[in-house]
Amino acid sequence: MTAMTKIVEETNRHTISVLVDNEAGVLARVIGLFSGRGYNIESLTVAEVNRAENLSRITIVTTGTAMIVEQIKNQLRRLVPVHKVSDLTIEGPHVARELALVKVAGTGDKRVESLRIADIFRARAIDSTNESFVFEVVGATEKVDAFIKLMEPLGLVDVSRTGVVAIARGPNPL
Amino acid sequence: MAQHDTLNGAEILLKALADQGVEVIFGYPGGAVLPIYDELFKQNRLKHVLVRHEQAAVHAAEGYARSTGKVGCVLVTSGPGATNTITGLTDALCDSIPLVCFTGQVPTSLIGNDAFQEADITGITRPCTKHNYLVKDVGDLSRIVHEAFHVARSGRPGPVLVDLPKDVVQSKGEYVPPQRVKSKYKPPVKGDIKAIETAAEMIARAKRPVFYVGGGLINSGAAACQLLTQFVRMTGYPCTQTLMGLGAFPASDPLSLGMLGMHGTYEANLAMHGCDLMINIGARFDDRVTGRLNAFSPNSKKIHVDIDPSSVNKNVAVDLAVIGDAAHILEDLIKVWKAKQYRADEKALRAWWAEIDQWRAVNCLHYENSNKVIKPQYAIQRLYELTKHKNPYICTEVGQHQMWAAQHFRFEQPNHWMTSGGLGTMGYGLPAAMGVQTAHPEALVVNIAGESSIQMNIQEMATLCQHKLPVKIFILNNQYMGMVRQWQELIHGGRYSESHMEHHPDFVKLAEAYGAVGLRATKPGEVDDLIKEMIAVDRPVIADLRTDASENCFPMIMPGMAHNEMVLGPEDKGMEKPGSEEDGMVLV
Repeated sequence: MTAMTKIVEETNRHTISVLVDNEAGVLARVIGLFSGRGYNIESLTVAEVNRAENLSRITIVTTGTAMIVEQIKNQLRRLVPVHKVSDLTIEGPHVARELALVKVAGTGDKRVESLRIADIFRARAIDSTNESFVFEVVGATEKVDAFIKLMEPLGLVDVSRTGVVAIARGPNPL
Repeated sequence: MAQHDTLNGAEILLKALADQGVEVIFGYPGGAVLPIYDELFKQNRLKHVLVRHEQAAVHAAEGYARSTGKVGCVLVTSGPGATNTITGLTDALCDSIPLVCFTGQVPTSLIGNDAFQEADITGITRPCTKHNYLVKDVGDLSRIVHEAFHVARSGRPGPVLVDLPKDVVQSKGEYVPPQRVKSKYKPPVKGDIKAIETAAEMIARAKRPVFYVGGGLINSGAAACQLLTQFVRMTGYPCTQTLMGLGAFPASDPLSLGMLGMHGTYEANLAMHGCDLMINIGARFDDRVTGRLNAFSPNSKKIHVDIDPSSVNKNVAVDLAVIGDAAHILEDLIKVWKAKQYRADEKALRAWWAEIDQWRAVNCLHYENSNKVIKPQYAIQRLYELTKHKNPYICTEVGQHQMWAAQHFRFEQPNHWMTSGGLGTMGYGLPAAMGVQTAHPEALVVNIAGESSIQMNIQEMATLCQHKLPVKIFILNNQYMGMVRQWQELIHGGRYSESHMEHHPDFVKLAEAYGAVGLRATKPGEVDDLIKEMIAVDRPVIADLRTDASENCFPMIMPGMAHNEMVLGPEDKGMEKPGSEEDGMVLV
């Protein structure tokens, strides 16, 4: 192993969980770190997960070479309000889900078809009018992508996605 | 709780500073911090140095911190007072200098209203501080102040900013002493003993080793530098220092190869290039050190000792990382070395030194002296010879003079060399020297400067005179932004675009106008007398040395070149080669 070579290293997607103090500016610190150092963010979610200890959990999906992803984790660990950084992608099996609200407008056959496909995807209609549905679909990113793609010709008008939340399989906490 | 509500926020702040051992604060008052200045007025314990520009307050705190190993302290007002600190904070972040900067803020009720002198300073400084705080409740004030000092000095040190809304420092609250504040921020200091054992074994087996040591040792403290010196001498291996690491290992030691990097010595850079084991302690493979990355020390194993895991494998992939504080790790390393009775491979080491001695014989810092015009290198050599008995503190600005100072001034101990390494801040030296002199009133403090850099914070002459800080400003005046001119000459076809300042003040008269002493030398024969007079005077001095305007700083690794492609001087053919831009990386 010597200095960086010209060989283009493989880029991979990683899902990273970050446990942080739930305080003002903490999300800005994380996002600023990514933009300031030129790292990618494919998805980022954040919410309080432990009120008693005032902790929030951030799930970041990012892409980069092994060296860059290692940098990202180390840079995150440097932030004072960050307690724990875990790379779910390499630290063993995990489950990842996102939720999307998908609005489809139309009548007639297309409307019926959209319902049929929603059924296949186990998406629920959580709002309906005579000319529209709002579907709630939950699953891995690929499943949500596929559902949205199938809705496109059926009158897709609007999408809102949560981004990925993820957790390690098995009994252990983060 | 009511019976404790006897102090206002400003009183709590000053009490917390006292408990943190703060002796001096560099600052500038304004509307939002008037309640704090009112409390300062009522006490005598804490010394306040009134600067002339807030940037200088931060550099002064840096100089104070670097020359003492303590945390520097700054107090400025909201809005412009706060935004003026940005360059200083960024400088301190790049060079890992511990300081706490207190900024005033508009009252909490006005935050977000575009109030007079309001700036979102925690937002602005998020990327240029190690951490920052906005204190919204006086009840949090003492905890935050204590935590700020803890964060500034722990782990890899750095600047911390605490934003203080005016109503918070005026309302009453309870003081909490540092013993009752538990911070969750606890970076590890002890290195992994298995890794240390592996390191010791790798070090013992090396045939062509080199120690590459940096500012992390100086931040770790005098003990770390002592242990490093002890360990290097136990091994008999060569040791090169970064710009930030000068003084971590004695320059006079025969094992020292001097500084490495862009303007480092021939022997240091070739030892880095040709080594089979690199032992990096407290340095970060900065681009000014490595040269072209894909040609950096191609055949070596690399050990990296650093307190900051994010420094490891950032630019250069290493074979072994030891994370922790340099002093702790060196202590363990020495223990393991002794316990296992490791010994250097004498035969291999002799051959390696023979090679290094050949590189040394090139005498790369040689320059053609003149009896007509003052060569800048000569001026610094004379300054060194005539002041070394006083063990002076040396600050610099940024540019050619800085590199010549690093090459020709010799540092035997840590904390005596203050220079802006990472950020390269012109205007750093004068205020930094101010901070050093404040910490060491009896010491000789010299700011080696260029005529361009010095004008970036020249207003601080008034601070020096007001506070009777007898800093000596040693200007190598070549009428150019010398390093810019050098790059234009070597890389941009001699087109001196805006690097020549056609008008300069008369620095002697300028010194006198401020109430300081002005001296000038225009010929080599006048240099010694000027230096003697400069150090004899018990007041601030500006010494204006008119130096050779066309002198370039060598040796030099041209941008985009490797360690073994150094240019030794103007006659060197290596200069013809243009720097290459690998993988679309623009080279700076």
